Amino acid sequence: MADEKKELPPDDKARLKAEFDLDWRKDLRKSMPAKDRVKIERQKMPARPASVRNADFFEVNSGLSAEAALQEARRCLDCPNSPCVLGCPVAIDIPSFIKLIEKGDYDAAARKLKETNSLPAICGRVCPQESQCEAVCTMKKASGASVAIGNLERFAADYEREKGKVLIPRIPPSTGKRVAVFGAGPAGLTVAGDLAKAGHQVTVFEALHTAGGVLVYGIPEFRLPKKILEAEVDYLRKLGVELRMNYVVGRTATLEDLKAQGFSAFFIGTGAGLPNFMKIPGENLVGVYSANEYLTRVNLMKAYDFPNYDTPMTIGKKVAVIGGGNVAMDSVRNAKRLGADWAAIIYRRSSEEMPARLEEIHHAEEEGIEFHYLQAPTKFIGDEHGRVKAMECLKMELGEPDSSGRRRPVPIKGSEYVKEVDLVVMSIGQSPNPLIGQTTPGLKMGKWGNVDVDWKTMATNIPGVWAGGDIIRGGATVILAMGDARTAAAEMDKYLANLGKTPPQA
Amino acid sequence: MNKILRRERLVPNIHVLEVHAPEVAAKCVPGQFVMVMPDEKGERIPLTIGDWDREKGAVTVAFMAVGTTTHKLALMSAGDELPVFVGPLGKPSEIGKFGTVLVAGGCFGIAAIHPIARALKEAGNTVVTLIDVKANYLLYWEDKLRKVSDSFFVSARDHKFGTTHYVQGKIKELLDGGLKADRAVAIGCTYLMYSACEATRAAGIKTTVALNPIMVDGTGMCGACRCAVGGKTKFACVDGPDFDGHAVDWTELFSRRKSYLDDEMKSLCHWERSLLAPGVSGASVALPLSTGGAQLAPGA
Repeated sequence: MADEKKELPPDDKARLKAEFDLDWRKDLRKSMPAKDRVKIERQKMPARPASVRNADFFEVNSGLSAEAALQEARRCLDCPNSPCVLGCPVAIDIPSFIKLIEKGDYDAAARKLKETNSLPAICGRVCPQESQCEAVCTMKKASGASVAIGNLERFAADYEREKGKVLIPRIPPSTGKRVAVFGAGPAGLTVAGDLAKAGHQVTVFEALHTAGGVLVYGIPEFRLPKKILEAEVDYLRKLGVELRMNYVVGRTATLEDLKAQGFSAFFIGTGAGLPNFMKIPGENLVGVYSANEYLTRVNLMKAYDFPNYDTPMTIGKKVAVIGGGNVAMDSVRNAKRLGADWAAIIYRRSSEEMPARLEEIHHAEEEGIEFHYLQAPTKFIGDEHGRVKAMECLKMELGEPDSSGRRRPVPIKGSEYVKEVDLVVMSIGQSPNPLIGQTTPGLKMGKWGNVDVDWKTMATNIPGVWAGGDIIRGGATVILAMGDARTAAAEMDKYLANLGKTPPQA
Repeated sequence: MNKILRRERLVPNIHVLEVHAPEVAAKCVPGQFVMVMPDEKGERIPLTIGDWDREKGAVTVAFMAVGTTTHKLALMSAGDELPVFVGPLGKPSEIGKFGTVLVAGGCFGIAAIHPIARALKEAGNTVVTLIDVKANYLLYWEDKLRKVSDSFFVSARDHKFGTTHYVQGKIKELLDGGLKADRAVAIGCTYLMYSACEATRAAGIKTTVALNPIMVDGTGMCGACRCAVGGKTKFACVDGPDFDGHAVDWTELFSRRKSYLDDEMKSLCHWERSLLAPGVSGASVALPLSTGGAQLAPGA
């Protein structure tokens, strides 16, 4: 894995410093003493009532009001060392955009975000801020509650989009260099945006019929409305990015084929498209889904609107979701919305170790989701038609920490019990999609089926080919994928700039 | 969008679709499939590639009109466009010089087996083709198949063919009659593939089948198509679709294939009603679901 960033690169540091020293920033800092800023309470993200929203698919959070955003922005101390930027995988100039909100210049705040993040409306909604930028916020140390950076990011991005005047940056004259991006997920879209802005001709190849990757097939409407994703994809189109749907790189054409077609740099962002299973008896019973399948049916294929849409899905009354990550939360909350009487998370460790975002856990609890910690299924039991009707679980206790640093769950002998279920969603992680490795001769792969990269540059072992996101990490987060993508895009831009200069070697 | 060049009913209920898809046509090899979606509200289904024309950029698939998606496809015509026709997907079939290969197909599999038989013939094998049909009027592509076969047989429940055999019985008859097959390939409905495998099991003839589980994305992402083969879970879309038929857990495949039987019926009724009242959603037509779809089906 990549090393923890200890310090920002010099370029980023200089950029931040220049903004920090601007007169208006100085004035704003002076306008309210820090001791008053600390007194302001963290503004709550307004959410629709749990009993209403757990029966529909509309967005849960409604966004900060302008007044709340102003109050929240005032909480930012604009501290000179800005640890939040270091906590952000794409190094957004967080103090700048927040102070622009405080100043009331929301457009400039949105532009500031987009300097380093092509998808701010998405990140403002789905990033695990509490373990990144907000975890290291100075205000957290001072008052106990960090500045709500994610909510402010969402505020600025939403303001710009809803106003309907998204500013398209000036694109430099075309370099004439063609870039192929594999996968229209968060990593691919980020690379596409960055390189289009640098004047390259970018084509994104996507296997599915809609752009967005996990943002469209995985993350539900109630957490990320599709219209927001569409607006972000539209923005990329306006930057000149070409999107080719229904194109499976490796099958429809290989990397070599595309090279022959004139593409000179490549980015592999094909994601963690291979769901993991526990390999326990009964896992292939009807009614046992991978989270990927379950969410794809609902989100991409709109099975929640069956039969108006043709794709069906099992509607469970007693639903167990196995796992404790964000995908598990999305799955279980989906099941509740589709009419489950009992929808529960079954997680083998305790609540302490659960990797999901805090906000998702809170929302799920409010919506009536049950959490069963320290237990794991050992087998699924089917009826005479091969349909799941129950699961056997084993209780656990926590032992010594394992390689992940989390305490290892240890089974308690004889603690098995049987619970009736009619739908099970396995949400225990994903592995990188194997297709690109199988079909790209010479591409160096890691031991988990991931594409192997140099973590400093995201370069693969094949010159001119970079990779990022879940294809190198396994199941990680949207923002880490975007961080990889930004690193790769900068390297690719350098590579492309030098490409014309050096005479080709024979 | 991919344009339909031709849509033709070959025999009752089985249609052929020729689609303009130059990239798929340029790349496809025997044993691969495409994922197809008939319209924006449709389902994604896998269809095995039956033939292609690389110069014309055309890919041909055959399908049986069973559920909503295939019925929708059956009503489309040349010039219509498909929002999804993506591929070629799946691992190519193993083509080698095996000696004598028994190639069995039925239903949509008569088309699906064709490129495999052709490739096996080109690789120097003796190709023995066995086609299973319920009745004589369901046989199609006989000429195409005869061209690539050394011998050609039909099993049918039809006195016109002088036989009442199902594929299993015919294979047994051929083997008992002295046919020495080094390999077998069977493609068609699950039951045909299962039966063919049962018939070749005792003789120890390695039999490859192209499994047909339900799929959603077709690229390994969702795991809907998982099948147990040799005690291990495999994804038919990326690990297959071809597997050793003697190692397949057929009981599991049969039950997984039927996962959505009730919903499939409901969907078909819903769609047929929407045809009766164009522009009106099915739900608003005052016909109870229990009347069933059959009597409401459009004429042709």
